[in-house]
Amino acid sequence: MKLSLAILVLLTVAWTPVVLAQAPPPEQAAGIAPAPEPPTGLTAQDHGWDDGTKVDLSWTAPAVAPVRIKKYNIYAGESAEGEFSPAGEAEHGATHAVVEKLVRGKPYFFRVTAVDTAGAESPPAVTTAAVVPTRQWFDGDRFYLFIVIFIFCGSVIYWIYHARAGREVKVRKIAGLEAVDEAVGRATEMGRSCLFIAGIQDMNDIQTIAGLSILSRVSKVAAEFDAKVEVPTSRSLVMTAARETVQAAYLSAGRPEAYNQDLIYYVTDEQFGFVAYIQGMMSREKPAACFYMGAFFAESLILAEMGNTIGAIQVAGTAMPAQLPFFVAACDYTLIGEEFFAASAYLSGEPDQLGSLKGQDVGKIIVAVGIVIGVILATLANILGPQSGMGESLQHAVDFLRNQVLT
Amino acid sequence: MKRNIPLLITFLGGFVLIIAYFIPATQGWGETAAIWFDILAAIAFILGGGNLLRIHLKKVSDRKQGWAYSAITVAAFLLTLIVGVLKVGVHPSPDFPDVAWSGNYREIGSAFWWLYEYAFKPLTATMFAMLAFYIASAAFRAFRAKNFEAILLLGTAFIILLGRTFAGVFLTSWIPDSLSALRIENMTIYIMSVFNTAGNRAIMIGIALGVASTSLKVLLGVDRSYLGSGED
Repeated sequence: MKLSLAILVLLTVAWTPVVLAQAPPPEQAAGIAPAPEPPTGLTAQDHGWDDGTKVDLSWTAPAVAPVRIKKYNIYAGESAEGEFSPAGEAEHGATHAVVEKLVRGKPYFFRVTAVDTAGAESPPAVTTAAVVPTRQWFDGDRFYLFIVIFIFCGSVIYWIYHARAGREVKVRKIAGLEAVDEAVGRATEMGRSCLFIAGIQDMNDIQTIAGLSILSRVSKVAAEFDAKVEVPTSRSLVMTAARETVQAAYLSAGRPEAYNQDLIYYVTDEQFGFVAYIQGMMSREKPAACFYMGAFFAESLILAEMGNTIGAIQVAGTAMPAQLPFFVAACDYTLIGEEFFAASAYLSGEPDQLGSLKGQDVGKIIVAVGIVIGVILATLANILGPQSGMGESLQHAVDFLRNQVLT
Repeated sequence: MKRNIPLLITFLGGFVLIIAYFIPATQGWGETAAIWFDILAAIAFILGGGNLLRIHLKKVSDRKQGWAYSAITVAAFLLTLIVGVLKVGVHPSPDFPDVAWSGNYREIGSAFWWLYEYAFKPLTATMFAMLAFYIASAAFRAFRAKNFEAILLLGTAFIILLGRTFAGVFLTSWIPDSLSALRIENMTIYIMSVFNTAGNRAIMIGIALGVASTSLKVLLGVDRSYLGSGED
């Protein structure tokens, strides 16, 4: 009996530290979770190659119970003892972050706290020295874009010079552009006018400029055929630019006296006011050929359906993907995206411009190679999984492509 | 000279914006160029307004076809301009109560606000509403099953249209979870996120390359057709 009692006492004494070690702390036993440990080793340094609005932070996760950490809160202040305001957050597992939207040239101190799954926030880790975000001469985040643009523009310029040297540049047939002469000819035969709409955006939109390039050709053909081209515009600057374009086209066709500037006029900047005018004009005057070349929005289908109703031959071109289906459904010919931008080169037939189309093909090759490499890397990374070293490396490569090159 | 100066302005303006995009120290240049454009557009608006009056008054005086619409346009233009400029029905701003015209021309209850709220907005909404009928008539033509491609288009459109309605979801709700991919709403999501996205991205890539190439041609003066023609 005494022996049993002694063994029991011994076992109790022996297990006490273990049990005590496993017992929850008093706050937790009372239902209050303790605050997590703060991260350690917080350092801050100016972000490289930026416009002077970012600072890089790095830290080490708390050693005690790091799995309980849900996120890190980041605070910024102008003095170590002064007020700190929220400057961002970092996810669980992160050990660095980039604080953005800071004021260039201003000293900053930073604090980082760990927040656990229960919402409790640790005491902060604090930077001891002020960091001043400074501006570099080049924006490093756009480095890869710069490289791509450099290669692309270089190839366009190279092919322009290549074409200037007299080497033949082959361009595939674009039905929509072949139809321009046919449409103007039909309007001439019917004794009716041609309607040209250069979108509803201003001259700072490249689609408007591309549209006016096509207007130049339409006007030249109309001048040769003695057809009437009416150009209502929704922007004043487009009206003045279109007048210059049409006047020069008539001059180039050798019929400057036939140019009538009153046929190129301003209607209104308002989208649906413009559409209402065009609709009314189309139903009254019934133009035989309608050209829609530029940036269009919801009005695309209203215009094209109206043209369809009056039986006009319609050619549309835009770089607004959402409007393309409407034009395809309602128009006879549609220039889709790049065809629209190729129109000027195609119609002019100038070697310089045709060369630029070849340069565009180099851009397509770069994009295609990028897509193939990205797809292969992502597929292999998925097959191998993050467990294998190779799979992890491939995933890093995919992340690099996605986050560094493509952003 | 008439062509060279616009080309020089285009070249300088374009390259300033490109440089401003990559070099942080010059970001302000791009903003300045944008402000200049706004000023230019505002001045051109006077030109546009003058042109609008001239064209429509001429139509009225010549009694051309549809001249009555021109008369209404001129009347509406002048009415809106006058009530806006004279701030009819606008109370003085609380900051400057002694200055008669210090209030905001868009003040609720003012004549300009009334025209906007009760004339402009309903008319705009009416025009936009017409789109529904045009979509129906365009869809009727586009979805006629004339050949194999048209049948594919019709079938896809049918699934998408049905998948976005409650009836479509209800029709295939009996399909077990193991075959949930065949439910019409899931087929809709798949078509939109795979086929539609792939097609859209292909078009977008082409557009991006076209924009870059055209911009370069315009900046370098290779494409001068928007100024009339390549000939001086």
